[in-house]
Amino acid sequence: METLYAVTTGVLSACGLYLTLRGRTFSVVVGLTLLSYAVNLFLFSMGGLTTDGAAVIHDDGHGAYADPLPQALVLTAIVIGFAMTAFVVILAMRARSELGNDQVDGKKEDRE
Amino acid sequence: MTLLWIALLPLLGVLVPVLAGRRSRLTCSLATAIAPAVALGLTLGLVPALGANEPMRFFAEWLPELGLALAFRLDGLSLLFNLLILGIGLLILLYAHFYLSKEEPVGRFYAFLMLFMASMVGISLSNNLLLLWLFWELTSLSSFLLIGFWSHRNDARKGARMALTVTGAGGLALLAGLLLLGNIVGSFDMDTVLASGALIVEDSRYPVMLTLVLLGAFTKSAQFPFQFWLPNAMAAPTPVSAYLHSATMVKAGIFLMARLHPALADSALWHLIVPLVGTITLLYGAWFAFFKTDLKAILAYSTISHLGLITVLLGIGSPMAVLAALFHIINHAAFKAALFMTAGIIDHEAGTRELKQLGALRKTMPVTALLLTLAAAAMAGVPLLNGFLSKEMFFTETLESPLLGGLSWLLPVLATVGGILSVAYSVRLVVAVCHRPAREASPKTPHEPPYLMRLPVEVLVAVCLLVGIFPAFMATGLLELATQAVLQAPLDFHLAIWHGFNLPLLMSAIAFVVGAALYWRHSDLRRFTDSFAPVDAPRLFERALVSLGQRCEQLLALWDGQSLQRYMGWLLLATLIAGVMGLTQIETLTGSRGNQPVDGIVLFGAVMLIFGGLATAITHRYRLTSLLMLSVVGLFVALTFARFSAPDLALTQLSVEVVTMILLMLALFFLPQKTPPESSGKRNLRDVFLAGGVGLVVASLNYAVMTRETLSISQFFMENSIPGGGGHNVVNVILVDFRGFDTLGEITVLALAGLAIFKLLNRLRLFIPHSDSEGRVWSPDRYPAILTSISLALLPLALLVSAFIFLRGHNEPGGGFIAGLITAVALILLYMARGVEWAQSRLDFPFQPVAVVGVAVATLTGLGSWLFGHPFLTSAFGYFSLPVVGKFELATALLFDLGVYLAVVGATLMILANLGKVTTAHRPVVDAPKDEPHAPAPNKETL
Repeated sequence: METLYAVTTGVLSACGLYLTLRGRTFSVVVGLTLLSYAVNLFLFSMGGLTTDGAAVIHDDGHGAYADPLPQALVLTAIVIGFAMTAFVVILAMRARSELGNDQVDGKKEDRE
Repeated sequence: MTLLWIALLPLLGVLVPVLAGRRSRLTCSLATAIAPAVALGLTLGLVPALGANEPMRFFAEWLPELGLALAFRLDGLSLLFNLLILGIGLLILLYAHFYLSKEEPVGRFYAFLMLFMASMVGISLSNNLLLLWLFWELTSLSSFLLIGFWSHRNDARKGARMALTVTGAGGLALLAGLLLLGNIVGSFDMDTVLASGALIVEDSRYPVMLTLVLLGAFTKSAQFPFQFWLPNAMAAPTPVSAYLHSATMVKAGIFLMARLHPALADSALWHLIVPLVGTITLLYGAWFAFFKTDLKAILAYSTISHLGLITVLLGIGSPMAVLAALFHIINHAAFKAALFMTAGIIDHEAGTRELKQLGALRKTMPVTALLLTLAAAAMAGVPLLNGFLSKEMFFTETLESPLLGGLSWLLPVLATVGGILSVAYSVRLVVAVCHRPAREASPKTPHEPPYLMRLPVEVLVAVCLLVGIFPAFMATGLLELATQAVLQAPLDFHLAIWHGFNLPLLMSAIAFVVGAALYWRHSDLRRFTDSFAPVDAPRLFERALVSLGQRCEQLLALWDGQSLQRYMGWLLLATLIAGVMGLTQIETLTGSRGNQPVDGIVLFGAVMLIFGGLATAITHRYRLTSLLMLSVVGLFVALTFARFSAPDLALTQLSVEVVTMILLMLALFFLPQKTPPESSGKRNLRDVFLAGGVGLVVASLNYAVMTRETLSISQFFMENSIPGGGGHNVVNVILVDFRGFDTLGEITVLALAGLAIFKLLNRLRLFIPHSDSEGRVWSPDRYPAILTSISLALLPLALLVSAFIFLRGHNEPGGGFIAGLITAVALILLYMARGVEWAQSRLDFPFQPVAVVGVAVATLTGLGSWLFGHPFLTSAFGYFSLPVVGKFELATALLFDLGVYLAVVGATLMILANLGKVTTAHRPVVDAPKDEPHAPAPNKETL
């Protein structure tokens, strides 16, 4: 299961990074979102993969709990990630409105 | 304690005009004058106690780790400067009351002025090197604000910037110098530093340290070659020129040299640099003052010249020279402030400061003309006025100074030349303004100013006369105290007008005769100087700054391609190399824990995630498809969290997924729907390898960590969650209690992002496509009936669910973050189903305050624990029982979570609703001009 999880994180990061290397703002935003999914999954797995062990303490004395710390960190990371995605995408809209194109560098004739 | 109050009162006084600014000008001026008047009274009250040898001190620790202490001292030198700063400051307040026109924001002006006064008082009282530097920088800043007060004027902005650049750079040099000095002595305490003169001078770092400190002093006091900022600072309102740029601020450098005199001055280096720079400045300023045609420019150059004179005296450094320097500080402050204020009066009443437009003011403004003549006579050093006394002392000291060895005769000769020029420009000033008829008509017919506006000038000219006639009575006491503070030993001296026929008197006589002759031949000299190209200091300075900027840009351009793609490429390459190198260090990739068996559901999820990710990347040119694929990934990430025991994360991810998709869809509407093919195959291949390589590193790293035993601090949270935080859901307890400070920071970031987006959307002009990328016109069915009717029914349910999730968050999966997102989504649904017009009329409140209130509630909850003597963000909880409801728990963490909830709702709505409103009449406009409602508002709705 760990192998599969790691491969998934790797593929998602690779796809996200490929998109951030594109030359248009929207692709970069999508790429960053994809990358943040991968990063969140990565961070989440730092506590190990636990099945049926939500970190909600019950009085009947449950067995193994999942590590709550990475979860708490990832939870805020998800929300902040949304705020940052929103900021970047609005920045991209503003850039398009001011510069007249959606190139990441703001240059029209930039083809490599 | 009184000392602390003297230092603090002007600082508190900054607030007074800010608060009283909306009242009438009289109230504002009177209220502003209270703080300096009280501080002046307190200072005078301390004078009788100051007679003893020891200065008065106040000491309180501030940042002992850095050696910074809130330490003040009052000795003769501080007393002299304090009296100048507060006394002249009060006169300037009175003068500014009449000087500024009715429309000008007098409250702001006074606030800047008080800030300056507070920082000057701070400099003069500081008994700690770092504290002194702190106030020193404050004078630079407040001077910048004051010079640029008329910020609509180009010359004011440029002058302010120049002054700040020069004095700010000098301030940095001074900081370095003071740090070195503190290092040499081993303490930043002024008493220790002043007592360690021998140690300092012998240290090998002394030359560097002295150069740095003097750089600070010379830039501030406009010494050559840094003098050019001062004439350009004359773009400031005249009260500022009179106060900062003649009487006080430019004397801060002089003060520093006098203050550190016992510690620094006893060396050959000091006796070389300081008199040399002072002499050049003295002659330079006097020469240019003679040829300027603007009244304030003449005074500015003359100020430079007099500052040079004081510097020469401090450089000579003999006890009598120090006495002369201190005496001239007082005298110069008195006559130069009077002259500046007179210049301001003339500017005010005649409408010009150009010499050729002025003339014969003796007839139109007789009293002002008399005051001008007296003050200018003091400047020229006419007997029976104060300037004469200190100038005679200056001549005497140059005669007696052995500094130049065999060339010692040069110093008195140069001093005489300075005296000649000083007489020449003073005569020119008086004759051109008061006696000679004007060559051109002045814009206004000159007349006398209001009496009270002239009063400060009269007071200062009276001081000039009284000191000039009764020097022993007027100045001896203060000078005794001040010289004792600088020399650290009492000095026996006698001030008198008449010293018999001697060499200094002869030098004065030469100065008068030759000076008058020089004025007589002014036009010939003028023709001579006009044959040289004029030096335009501001332009040279700007050009130097611009070329410096260009050099830096060129340097940057050498290794900066200014391309985001290239940056990303290098970044990824570096990550790849670092990651590969790290991974080669571990022996086996699989750790001791090994693999868990795979089941069908996990396999399916992984396949879907991989498929979604790849599809997002492959279809990226067809943006809508790519976005849909991205949402597949998002949903399966949420499911992954659910599968691996993280219900809170699953809920959060699910609701964030919804808002993210709405946001990106909305943004896509305004952006091109397709990306044209533009990357070459080679480039694509390179990117695939780069991204794939990093992906491999990430996967390996992730696998390596997951299969190893981890050391976690989570056991602490698990054990203390119920006894310490009163909650069963450990994730939520960590968020709102154990790591509440982090959460507070994060909701602040969220709110800030929302505010920044609101600002970015302000007056955003967008291209609104009328059809999709295939050329199909948007559906005319704007609000589908089913969605419309469901959304209304759904709203109370959704709000109920969010309340439920919020309340149970402490013990079951849920909490403020998730509840906030659900509420936001429910409200956004209304916008989508019914349109902005409909929703706006029902949700007619701005969202920014909601987010801000949220952050405030969370912060106040944290602060609340201080009331009970606990550290910030300590939570408390208890169990209560009510009939019907039964036993329940209340925790302050719930209040904190409420703050989180509000912040999330506010920020999310701020982002989404405002973006939706961009094309409607409700679009975000921060500072609406008055004509806004009439502008044709585009009313095409997008949500």
